[in-house]
Amino acid sequence: MGMAAEAQFHVLAVDDSLIDRKLIERLLKNSSYQAVTAVDSGSKALEFLGLREDDQTNPSPPSVPSNHHEMQVNLIITDYCMPGMTGYDLLKKIKESSSLKDIPVVIMSSENVPSRINRCLEEGAEEFLLKPVQLSDVNRLRPHLLKGKLREQKLQQQQQQLSPPPPQLPQQQQLQPLQQPQQPNNKRKSIEEGLSPERTRPRYSGLAVV
Amino acid sequence: MALKALKSQLKAVLESLYTEGVLDHQFDQLQALQDANNPGFVVEVVTLFYEDTEKTLRELTKYLEQPIADNQRVDSYVHQLKGSSSSIGAQQIKLACIDFHQACLDNNKDGCLQALNKIKYEFYHLQSKFKTVIQ
Repeated sequence: MGMAAEAQFHVLAVDDSLIDRKLIERLLKNSSYQAVTAVDSGSKALEFLGLREDDQTNPSPPSVPSNHHEMQVNLIITDYCMPGMTGYDLLKKIKESSSLKDIPVVIMSSENVPSRINRCLEEGAEEFLLKPVQLSDVNRLRPHLLKGKLREQKLQQQQQQLSPPPPQLPQQQQLQPLQQPQQPNNKRKSIEEGLSPERTRPRYSGLAVV
Repeated sequence: MALKALKSQLKAVLESLYTEGVLDHQFDQLQALQDANNPGFVVEVVTLFYEDTEKTLRELTKYLEQPIADNQRVDSYVHQLKGSSSSIGAQQIKLACIDFHQACLDNNKDGCLQALNKIKYEFYHLQSKFKTVIQ
């Protein structure tokens, strides 16, 4: 894209539905500066992130992470209901991993189940989005993307400190200032209202839900 | 111009689908995501939906024909279909899936068959309307 001056965010999307993967990819890329990797299962996600079996027992390694992807991913967005490893299971594994726990995780679900939402938020998910995900929902991801970007930059700095500085200019990266005011308890809105407040269109045009 | 005629035909078809409640506003989202860089997005997603759904409907028919229905497997297909129809805005199909899910929970085989027939009807209805334009 040739946007050297703008930060590019890398998102890892996890969903077993091909249609939903296409949709989330398009939604994310529509907002520009996004690179998206979409996988169809939690185990593939962990593979991409380079999570080793024994990662839990190793203390936080001071050396460079062996898998470059894990450093680059600024946000993980995952479906909740997936065969095998659910989105919640994936969230847990990420939060239990010393190398991955600081990557922001967002959960998506087609069902508005308050206990499910609470469980995910308590486990450390940043946000819980109701499907189908809308363009307005993607805007809510921005602060989390920035958080993920800060993590990436911190890791890069650590890497540079350990090895002799390469003879090149440091990366020019601009962090976009937050454009929308933070809404208090914005994560909980999906429990209380069942709808994202930014949705301007109702989901059902006057038809009763059977 | 042929393109102009086609565009207004598409608009008319879509309007009738919205009015009938066959499509909901999620379909607007799909259209909003289509742009000059991704001109084929809507067609791509709708085509995926057709292929996916046809497969699912075959499986559902097969499983419901069995004397002892595998409710869990049936419900899992229904859940998938509910998700994909919701994602593209196929409202009637989604609503029928909700009925189907309830029938599975109630172990109501007739209810399941009824819901499946409704889904098939709605699916072919949607497909035929789209075909007139997408072709």
